[in-house]
Amino acid sequence: MAMTMHVDIVSAESEIFSGTAEMVLAPALMGEVGIMPRHTQMLTPLKPGEVRVTREGGEQEYYYVSGGIMEVQPHVVTVLSDTAVRAADLDEAAALEARNHAEQALKDRSSSMDYAKAEAELAQALAQIRMIQKVRKNTGG
Amino acid sequence: MASGKEIRTQIKSIKNTQKITRAMEMVAASKMRKAQDRMRASRPYADKMHNVIHHLAYAHPEYRHHYLLARENPQRVGYIIISSDRGLCGGLNNNMFKDVLADMRGWREKNIEIDLCTIGQKSSQFFKRFANITAQAVQLGDHPGVADLIGTVKVMLDAYDAGEIDRLFLAYNRFVNTMTQQPVVEQLLPVEPDGKEKELAYHWDYLYEPDAKAVLDGLLVRYIESLVYQGVVENVACEMAARMVAMKSASDNAGDLIDDLQLVYNKARQAAITQELSEIVAGAAAV
Repeated sequence: MAMTMHVDIVSAESEIFSGTAEMVLAPALMGEVGIMPRHTQMLTPLKPGEVRVTREGGEQEYYYVSGGIMEVQPHVVTVLSDTAVRAADLDEAAALEARNHAEQALKDRSSSMDYAKAEAELAQALAQIRMIQKVRKNTGG
Repeated sequence: MASGKEIRTQIKSIKNTQKITRAMEMVAASKMRKAQDRMRASRPYADKMHNVIHHLAYAHPEYRHHYLLARENPQRVGYIIISSDRGLCGGLNNNMFKDVLADMRGWREKNIEIDLCTIGQKSSQFFKRFANITAQAVQLGDHPGVADLIGTVKVMLDAYDAGEIDRLFLAYNRFVNTMTQQPVVEQLLPVEPDGKEKELAYHWDYLYEPDAKAVLDGLLVRYIESLVYQGVVENVACEMAARMVAMKSASDNAGDLIDDLQLVYNKARQAAITQELSEIVAGAAAV
């Protein structure tokens, strides 16, 4: 029987594949790589593309990854797949958005609308409780 | 003495409130189950990521990333604070805020400035008064994705890269079980070795493609993101659990109130009947 290794493909939001395999083909940043058991330790980013896993007996399974990182240990291959499409400028845009959000919230004091609403509701509820207690006291119940 | 009608209106309004709280309780219960599933689904990634980072500490790389190096004498620290967007979940958020404030006071006493990054409406509103918020993400909903967090995390990582902050902490609620949620404040950066490492007999290092710096940059950013994401997902589960418990006790309290009021109402009615009867009897006797 051919040698096998353990392969895990996971993304931050779910586990995609976990099992043994004879070979893994992955789209590494520098070109496609094929990993077989007893490969030396390696760390490489992945490009968006498909990861091909050859199970025992030659059966092939395909998984799409939108980029990520692959760690290779002699008997374990771990693919940490991204859930979002990553690119430096996209990340930058997301960061900018988060920053703007914070600034806007500081400027825009009316964003405490929700707070005011909640406060009003609370006041109402308190008044209700007070009223009930009064009723109870008056009737001696 | 309150009249019968007044009390009846009271009872009715409390019953309406009870209906709402009971509905919210059930909604929270079903959402909690889903949130727990998501929490479990994201755990393998976090574990694997942790393993890789751990291996990295075993390896003897020629390049040490600055996320892994301790910095002496911090001048400024950063916090990423995860809270819920909505309230009505008991003391969940406030308990955590209290812990964070205590932590922050420690830094302030040493004259160390604080930068914040808030995730969730509640923390934005609360910490606006206490410190400088540099980034925030709100309205992530019940299905937060990693994509929603990339921006906020990057703001803090950039600040760390630029040397503006020397420590980065993450504050969120850890889901223990339905009844227990534990507020935690963890250090994200610099990445602290967990003390379990032992020296290996032989030295090895990874093959890095294309080069160590590019790979480790990508890896460590993802590591931090996965920790933050895990925090967010746990926090959602906590929020739902806390809301379920809070709404259950609200429903129970409403039930107690209704029972009490019902008793008052019955007494008032009985008193009115007795009075009427005695009036009739008195009237008949007078004739």
